[in-house]
Amino acid sequence: MSDQPKKPNVSRRGFIGGVSVGATTIGLLETPEIQAAPAATQGPDEVPITLRINGKPVQLSVEPRVTLLDALRNRLDMTGAKRVCDRGTCGACTVSINGRTVYGCTTLAIDAQGKDIQTIEGIAPEGKLHPLSVAFVNQDGQQCGYCTPGFVMAAKGFLERHPNPTYEQVEHGLGGNLCRCGTYVGVRKAVLEASKNMKGGPKNA
Amino acid sequence: MPDSVKPDYSWPAMEKRRQIGKPISRLDGHLKSSGRAKYASDFNRKDMLFAALLTSPHANARLTKIDIAEAKAVPGVVVVQIITPAGQQVQWEGTEIAVVSATTEEIARDAVRKIKVEYQVMPHLVKEDDLAKAGARAKAAGEQVTGDPDQMFKDADVVVSDGFYSIPVLTHCCLEPHGQVIEWAADQINVWPSTQNVSGYGGDLGTTVKFPADKIKVHMDNIGGGFGSKFSPDRWGAEGATLSKASGGKPVKWMLERNTELQIAGNRPSAFAKIKVAAKKDGTLVAWQSESWATGGIGGGGSPPIPYVFTEIPNKRMNHSAVATNTGGVRAWRAPNHPQASFLTCSALEDLAAKLNMDPIQFFKKNLELTARKETYLRQLDKAAELIEWKKYWKPRGQNGAGPVKEGLGIAINTWGGGGHASRCQTTINPDGTVLVETGSQDLGTGTRTIITQVAAETFGLPMSAITLRIGDNSLPPSGASGGSTTVGGVSSSTRKSTVNALAKLYEVAAPALNVQPSELEAVDGRIQVKGNTSKNLTWKAACSKLGVNKISEIGINDQRKPEGLNSSGVGGIQMAHVSVDVETGIVKMKRFVAVQDVGLVVNPKLADSQIHGAAIMGICGALFEERIMDQQTGKMLNADMEFYKLAGIGDVGEIISFLDITPENDKRGIVGLGEPCAVGVVAAIANAVANAIGVRVPSVPLTPDRVLAALNGTSNGRTA
Repeated sequence: MSDQPKKPNVSRRGFIGGVSVGATTIGLLETPEIQAAPAATQGPDEVPITLRINGKPVQLSVEPRVTLLDALRNRLDMTGAKRVCDRGTCGACTVSINGRTVYGCTTLAIDAQGKDIQTIEGIAPEGKLHPLSVAFVNQDGQQCGYCTPGFVMAAKGFLERHPNPTYEQVEHGLGGNLCRCGTYVGVRKAVLEASKNMKGGPKNA
Repeated sequence: MPDSVKPDYSWPAMEKRRQIGKPISRLDGHLKSSGRAKYASDFNRKDMLFAALLTSPHANARLTKIDIAEAKAVPGVVVVQIITPAGQQVQWEGTEIAVVSATTEEIARDAVRKIKVEYQVMPHLVKEDDLAKAGARAKAAGEQVTGDPDQMFKDADVVVSDGFYSIPVLTHCCLEPHGQVIEWAADQINVWPSTQNVSGYGGDLGTTVKFPADKIKVHMDNIGGGFGSKFSPDRWGAEGATLSKASGGKPVKWMLERNTELQIAGNRPSAFAKIKVAAKKDGTLVAWQSESWATGGIGGGGSPPIPYVFTEIPNKRMNHSAVATNTGGVRAWRAPNHPQASFLTCSALEDLAAKLNMDPIQFFKKNLELTARKETYLRQLDKAAELIEWKKYWKPRGQNGAGPVKEGLGIAINTWGGGGHASRCQTTINPDGTVLVETGSQDLGTGTRTIITQVAAETFGLPMSAITLRIGDNSLPPSGASGGSTTVGGVSSSTRKSTVNALAKLYEVAAPALNVQPSELEAVDGRIQVKGNTSKNLTWKAACSKLGVNKISEIGINDQRKPEGLNSSGVGGIQMAHVSVDVETGIVKMKRFVAVQDVGLVVNPKLADSQIHGAAIMGICGALFEERIMDQQTGKMLNADMEFYKLAGIGDVGEIISFLDITPENDKRGIVGLGEPCAVGVVAAIANAVANAIGVRVPSVPLTPDRVLAALNGTSNGRTA
């Protein structure tokens, strides 16, 4: 199968990921090309950085140790990505960087400079819904909804790589996201529904 | 009411319903799936501070010295507040010691690391798997005996099965951690918590911090999971309030870190049992004997009601002990004590059925006289067997082929109450035709918003889009905490009553315009019309305009003791699992899961199905992956993270088939809550399916590869493998 997931092997904390035997928590994440931060970005104090988020440059000030997730949530009030495990396991913080699906909690904000960051807030024009968001409603692929933005972002990246997925590919491709309410039945259906509705549609809206 | 006629609150006849009973998508779904839904943890206020918590690394210790000077000196720190002062004892790892407020989360965490604490460490007990080692920590509840079990077990004509079974402590692991944003301004506390009890939270907090409850404003739009663990403001709520006050009244965001969340913010008691059970050769159950124990933390707790469902076994002896361990305290979990009881009982019964060479379905059927709802279970066993294709796939235990991958089927049984909690709802009809429905409830992701709106739209004959709903605020008419599957019954009934009351008032002003009595009117498809003469009508808007400048505002109350036929309590269900087990690797995989659930009036079958699917998946987590692992050497929880506290992923759950028994007869019972019962039997059904597949009982769940292989090798140690 062409969508063999690659285990995330980069972590700011250096823990070993992807050791699960039964639970499919091994991520779908592709390792981002972590580039050295620009020379001016030195800590430990806050440094000014510019991030390109959903197509717009945003200026903020963070300590170099701050994750992209915490920068989004605490500095920019972009709270669609959630902090749940904070250790690259659950996928609730999933965002896209240069078209790649990554965990916001295992990416430093300073390392995201100069890249295209897309968050759940930016996948559909203001006041509109992305076909995936619609499908999650139609198929009830959500309950409390806390994992849902992460699932939608992971599904979006997955469908970009696999526009005509099989049921098995969906199960494999979304193995990097966890839900506690137990919404997987609806999520599977939602991703398949969206794949049909996105044919020729706004894949990169 | 002005006239002496008592309003008719009863649910409309099934065939007349326009909204109730329809599979309508959840109303707030688009907010959640687009990331716009705001949770307590998402709430950001101007000048907000961040809190970070220092917790105890020890399971049992006396705090002898605490020095916060260095922490206070960190630039950006506002307040360092001691929670556990010197001299006090902590009794589990993760106990709150001190909390810091600072301008950023990073600074708050840095300061926590600079707090110096000294402890006098004392002996602890954190594992309860071996009752013999619990010593004085085990408190026996007293023996319960019915009939003469000893004599019955000696009877030459009975078959006896003897087994050991265990199910571990689980943690709720809500994806949104516990916590809140809170600000204690001069004469008011504003709090945005993650809670299952919006209406009750303020009073609870006020009592703890000695502040008038009427000046505590509580608001919550969404909660990221609760499952029974988020009823009270907790220590972080009360300490958060005082921390804000000490920080000059600035708002403080305090959400627990994941490790603390798993250590102290909620767990479900374990259950261990040696069970002996006997039946006549025809399968008639005659005797039960159990020695069980459990822990729910330092207070003990957790007493599974066994034998479960088959309560009328004529000869019984039960002994139970509560073991006090130095671990975080137990909290309610979806159907408290029932999943454990179902697992223990159904495992023992399935083992006995195997020994009798009986099909477990026949064995259950043979003994339904011993349950409180024979006819229900009989019907459900047949339905579940049909859905899982039992006749096609079930084979006697251990006869599942020569290859390395064995398949097996297993069954389990459940029961629960339900009913409706106390709830008040207020409905306002404005002269312009707009409708506002208000109640201080909360939507846990179960679909409460959608259900209330469906009920209101039904009463008024309006589309759901015509109803504005407000929930999630303690300034609204109070509704009960969401627990025990009582929310849907409570809020639906209070909404029905308040909307019927409001409609009666509207009929009073519309009737003269149509030259009829109010009692001759009905509200259908956006019109107020004369019954039997539908051409004589007013549009909804025209009828409301007759109000002039006055609006209608009516209350509806659900009294949990007098549901008046709108809701009721008491259900049964049958669950069946189909698994495959690789006997070379020990890996268990879900193939199919069937849940046949007894229901009353189902307001929204789409949301009801989601409840059942979710409960099944949560149970699959418990059967195959989840357990809290404690280390007796250090007193610590070894897997207080989501890497090693394992939940099922999307590829682990197989096919899930739910069946709601929607019939006119069931509908007459009114609404019965659904969240708990379908969460009860999942672990039991899967454990039985695995025993059926591999020919031996794996005594302890979760059914991890090492435990499956140990059982196959005959080396399960009689306790947790």
